[in-house]
Amino acid sequence: MNYIASIGSYAIMIREVFKKPTKWSIMKSLILKEIDELIFGSLGILIFISFFIGGVVAIQTALNITSEFIPKYLVGFATRQSIILEFAPTFCSIIMAGKVGSYITSSIGTMRVTEQIDALEVMGVNALNYLVFPKIIALFMYPFLIAIAMYVGIFGGWIAGVFGGFSTSADFVEGVQLDFIPFHVTYSFIKTLVFAFVLATIPSYHGYFMKGGALEVGKAATTSFVWTSVVIIILNYILTQLLLG
Amino acid sequence: MIEVNDIHKSFGDAHILKGISTCFDKGKTNLVIGQSGSGKTVFLKCLLGLFSPDQGSISHDGKIYSQLSSNEQRSLRQEMGMVFQGSALFDSMTVEGNVMFPLEMFTKQSMSEMRDRVDIVLKRVNLIDAHTKYPSEISGGMQKRVAIARAIVMNPKYLFCDEPNSGLDPKTAIMIDNLIQEITEEFDITTVVNTHDMNSVMEIGEKIIFLKDGIKEWEGTKHEIFKTENKAVTNFVYSSELFKKVRQMYIEERN
Repeated sequence: MNYIASIGSYAIMIREVFKKPTKWSIMKSLILKEIDELIFGSLGILIFISFFIGGVVAIQTALNITSEFIPKYLVGFATRQSIILEFAPTFCSIIMAGKVGSYITSSIGTMRVTEQIDALEVMGVNALNYLVFPKIIALFMYPFLIAIAMYVGIFGGWIAGVFGGFSTSADFVEGVQLDFIPFHVTYSFIKTLVFAFVLATIPSYHGYFMKGGALEVGKAATTSFVWTSVVIIILNYILTQLLLG
Repeated sequence: MIEVNDIHKSFGDAHILKGISTCFDKGKTNLVIGQSGSGKTVFLKCLLGLFSPDQGSISHDGKIYSQLSSNEQRSLRQEMGMVFQGSALFDSMTVEGNVMFPLEMFTKQSMSEMRDRVDIVLKRVNLIDAHTKYPSEISGGMQKRVAIARAIVMNPKYLFCDEPNSGLDPKTAIMIDNLIQEITEEFDITTVVNTHDMNSVMEIGEKIIFLKDGIKEWEGTKHEIFKTENKAVTNFVYSSELFKKVRQMYIEERN
């Protein structure tokens, strides 16, 4: 029953987020601040992880090719497919659920504990619109982050494959270009946009409706990470079935 | 003026407010006192419209809060200023940003007009050199003063304070009490203060209501509280030896 009540209050929260908008001049600066915090602030960690995961995918693919009949360009092909279809949109979103999600939950949760949200409401500000809407808009930039992650991941695979002696540059590039289906990138960006909405709203929900003190802020951040990850994984399955199945 | 008519409020099985009726006059500092858990904060949040009573009504100068549309309720809230127990200043903003926030949100004033207004209210609460400081960089007493400045920056009709001097040293607490009373008279606003600080009761209580277990047990002025024979009030207000002596002296002086 609790889960159904939570889904209901989440839906009500989403409706409230889009009601009575905050003054545009203020909202504009909030959105820019959130883009800086949520998008640019995550760039470093996503580049770092993408580069090394791309490298590992390339090495593992190469090490598993034992038959002489399997072409060498498969290393580049497998790296590209893994990065574009799954690693960049899904794996990065799980990482973002930890990084950005915990930040959102703890910052909103701390505002709840210290009565800052009550202060907003007393002033007549739509607190949900003020706090959550800029995060949703900022995370619409998330596909740009994922595009960079795709590029860096494939580049990492090329570095590991070529300089590790697992593939030649020509074979790798041939694999990357082979049978390229542009819709796979579209599919990936559609998933990313859906995940961006999840990343902005589920942690906000857990922060906004938390009760208690500082300890509960920590617990809410953990719960938020778990639920955001679960929803991303379920939506990943549903979207893959709908778009590619 | 705020009129409260037979309000009840429950959370699950817990019946917190049990039929409170009272009236808070304009230009007066009204105090709500009572032990922890007596329902003071829930009562104040009902006055603010953060909680809606299950039964009864609250009227702010004739406007019955529960009968207003959500837009009218938001407009009414813009006429309210609130000083929270922990100040509730926005951590990410400077003192100036905190005080300017309601002006930025709800007025079309230019930046220089807003700065002038912020200077006036900060000067009024005796904070002159703190504009660029963040809440974490100033003392508890200064935070309370910033919270008062933020609460009065929009010229509110109603000022609500939830235990404004909790956690402050006696001297700063008296200063905050006096500031609240001065502002109430100066701006002719209806002020409601939740407190269990007996110094505040003696100093600024123009009208006092005493809550016990969600019921209004007693109502009167700071002078009447010395004379009351209500057992619940005397047990609460004169629980310390010092206040017992103060009361004794007051009665002897009057006789």
